[in-house]
Amino acid sequence: MRLGLYPGCSLLGSSREYAESLRAVAAQLGIEWQDVPDWNCCGASAAHSLNHDLALALPARILAQAEKAGIEELAVPCSACYSRLAITRHELLADEKLRRKIAGIIEMDLECKPKVLNVLEVLTRFTAGGLSDKVRQPFKRKVACYYGCYLVRPHKVLKFDRVEDPQSMDEIMKAVGADPIDWAYKTECCGAGFSVSRTDLVAKLSGKIVDDAVRRGAEAIVVACPMCHVNLDLRRGAIEKHKGRQYSIPVLYISQVVGLALGLDDQALGMHRHIVPVVFSEPREAGCCCAGHGEAAAPVGATEDEH
Amino acid sequence: MSRIGVFVCHCGENIGATVDCAAVAKSCGDLPGVVVSTDYKYMCSDPGQNMIKEAIRDQKLTGVVVAACSPRMHEPTFRRACAEAGLNPFLCEMANLREHCSWVHERTPETTDKAIDLVRVMAEKVRRNRPLYPIKVPVTKTALVLGGGIAGIQAALDIANAGHKVVMVEREPSIGGHMAQLSETFPTLDCSQCILTPRMVEAARHPNITLYTYSELESVEGFIGNFKVRIRKKARSVDEKLCTGCGLCTQKCPNKRIPCEFNAQLGLRSAIYVPFPQAVPNKPVIDRERCTFFLKGKCKVCEKVCPTKAIRYDQQDEIVEHDIGAIVAATGYEVKGTDFFPEYGYGKYKDVITGLQFERLASASGPTQGVMKRPSDGKTPETVVFIACAGSRDPAKGIDYCSKICCMYTAKHAMLYKHKVHSGKAYVFYMDIRAGGKMYEEFVRRAIEEDGVKYVRGRVARIYEEDGQLIVKGADTLLGGEPLEIKADMVVLASAMVASPGAEQLAQTLKVSYDPYYFLSEAHPKLKPVETNTAGIMVAGACQAPKDIPESVAQASAAAAKVAGLFSQSELSREPIIAVVNRSAPPLFSTCVGCFLCESACPYKAIEREEIRGRDGQLIKTVAKINAGVCQGCGTCVALCRSKSIDLQGYTNDQVFAEVMAL
Repeated sequence: MRLGLYPGCSLLGSSREYAESLRAVAAQLGIEWQDVPDWNCCGASAAHSLNHDLALALPARILAQAEKAGIEELAVPCSACYSRLAITRHELLADEKLRRKIAGIIEMDLECKPKVLNVLEVLTRFTAGGLSDKVRQPFKRKVACYYGCYLVRPHKVLKFDRVEDPQSMDEIMKAVGADPIDWAYKTECCGAGFSVSRTDLVAKLSGKIVDDAVRRGAEAIVVACPMCHVNLDLRRGAIEKHKGRQYSIPVLYISQVVGLALGLDDQALGMHRHIVPVVFSEPREAGCCCAGHGEAAAPVGATEDEH
Repeated sequence: MSRIGVFVCHCGENIGATVDCAAVAKSCGDLPGVVVSTDYKYMCSDPGQNMIKEAIRDQKLTGVVVAACSPRMHEPTFRRACAEAGLNPFLCEMANLREHCSWVHERTPETTDKAIDLVRVMAEKVRRNRPLYPIKVPVTKTALVLGGGIAGIQAALDIANAGHKVVMVEREPSIGGHMAQLSETFPTLDCSQCILTPRMVEAARHPNITLYTYSELESVEGFIGNFKVRIRKKARSVDEKLCTGCGLCTQKCPNKRIPCEFNAQLGLRSAIYVPFPQAVPNKPVIDRERCTFFLKGKCKVCEKVCPTKAIRYDQQDEIVEHDIGAIVAATGYEVKGTDFFPEYGYGKYKDVITGLQFERLASASGPTQGVMKRPSDGKTPETVVFIACAGSRDPAKGIDYCSKICCMYTAKHAMLYKHKVHSGKAYVFYMDIRAGGKMYEEFVRRAIEEDGVKYVRGRVARIYEEDGQLIVKGADTLLGGEPLEIKADMVVLASAMVASPGAEQLAQTLKVSYDPYYFLSEAHPKLKPVETNTAGIMVAGACQAPKDIPESVAQASAAAAKVAGLFSQSELSREPIIAVVNRSAPPLFSTCVGCFLCESACPYKAIEREEIRGRDGQLIKTVAKINAGVCQGCGTCVALCRSKSIDLQGYTNDQVFAEVMAL
């Protein structure tokens, strides 16, 4: 299966492990990534609160580039990028005048042809029919599937999964042998872009997420968004300070969990790049792939605290 | 030679602002056969109608085209005006300049051109119109009332008291409907059962009312005044004539762990059961899907204990037929269950309940005898959150409308809770408070001011369970959108009122239209609120739209008045828009060749066979004949007739071809 890929800035920086694991998993599943040539920033978190034209023009250029490269379906792993691209496509397809205006701004042909897919949609294509023949080491752990706010909202635009209680990640997790728990913070806000300017708020919001996952017995939190990962993983120190207790629960990208189940090694999946070490309190029955990591479950706090 | 009058209506701004009506009138004056063509602001008004009448008399018109709104709106008005002026009403036609032109186009010269085309088409038709005369049909003076809730009971009693027979059908084992489940009613807090149960008894005992409970409407045929209905009496498994309602069977039934429908799943009942102690009739039914005997072939405890030997395991469903003159649909509503709300735990939290369940908790006849206990562990809830507009007014939930009664019953619930648990805290999350009604606003103020219910304007985003309590996350949008978290012991959802299950099928059986939410449609939202588009079928109560008890009762009485009005006539006249098989002089007699393709195609079974015999009594040929009383004028037979021997009066092939050719 040949799919376009828009990595976005996070996948080259703070979430390199997301990109690494996605590429590793893709190779196993037979996905051939075609990167959008000469891509640019999607404008997430800043542009749409400042300038509507800019907020549309940035993703529109990405769509136009993908279109020019002949990409029919464009996978967008980062939830924020996905939201911006999907919303832009939706708005431009609904308003011919606006589409012409934006095409004029970016000075490109713009038909908005490429369909925008999130990572869950891509993976579901493989897991829906059963992945058992490829799963070598079922990820037999209790996982808290954390969707965050962007993946399923707004429903009117994305038309993807149940808004309040999404199930697609849970289904993928079941397909690789994991046991998704029922918990309260599936789609609650992690604090997102406030990670930098209001770390105290992020600590409070993300703290609730981590706390509920731990309290309900999850062994790992699974995410599909670099921003969520930053707040739950990189900001763990701030969370612990806020909550006054320590949490050792690791935060994994969905592609990493799938990769582990497919039998890929930790290095290829970028497991070593997390701030909170990927260590599980109870060993899995069959050869734990994370044994290479230090035994100490004590979390490494975020060193560069606030600002 | 035709002498046609064209009358172009502005419909105020509706047509006049988009179509150049004067130009239409001027242009149409040149059409062949047209002798008068004029325009006027409101043709349907008295002066407008007088213009038409005068033109008919003065110009000796042989046909009239009124270019105005949809014929559904005012065709009867203008046809009546023509009749008053001595013109056969079927020589008057309407060109629809409003719905088919001005409402759907911009103001451009092309729009006016289209209006002219529409008038020309109708002028061509009118030139070919022939006088037609209404068909007289008798009226069966028996009404069918579907549904035994408060609306159905009221309609049945009113019709019966007017001296007419009523057949009442209720699908549950008892009449009473949702009102029987309610604890106390707003705004007076009088006990629901105390005001309802005497009515139930009155309906059951009324000499003019035949009551079928545990029965459903199977089919409806015919038309106003002459319906034929079939009713399925579901097998009760109990001989109603022998049963005395002693209750021994329900006491001794070993299977007592079935969620009780009457208690909104909060209590349990036995497999042979009477829905509630005050049920009418007070005769049990066996729930065959749960009865041990029907499932496993063993038990028969009820048969052993029954002192009158009334149990009938082998009873079959029975179909009864009735001739009916008018039908009142009063089939009520349902409330969305808690499983409809994923954000509120989609039914997995026991202490998140619906408003209807709260009614049962607060009711003296409920599972807790009216003592406030929460379902999960029976503790007295110290903090209760009431959520108004749960599902209603929420396009994301697919329910755009306001359920109308929730503001009031939520205030009532909070009040009843405070009356029962004095130390308790009651919160109400609301969007707006809609308390329009006599003494309604005062009632809500009383809840807030006297009973100290805390009203929070905002919506609840999520509920989850933590340590045996429900965490309710919401926002107080009046205080700067501050997020709010309340630890509650119980949450009551004022969940949306929706059409009762099977409403769509019922509408199709009755052939009445319904809205996207499966509420039955009234004929006109303001002026015909109880009639439907199908003559002889009325609506009453919440099957038409969400409404409270006073409104349901008012509408039921209105429907009864319509039925009584209909029954005051000895015969009705029907429009003569029916199919006819042509007849001609001998030796042909008719072009019908007797293939009877029409017979199998007719959905109303209106085609009969007629033998044409010579003077010597010898059979010449057998041709199709249409029963004027049964034909609905659908035209299927016309389309199928291979020898073109059938035509639809008022819409003949000749007329329709002329219309098309005029374009």
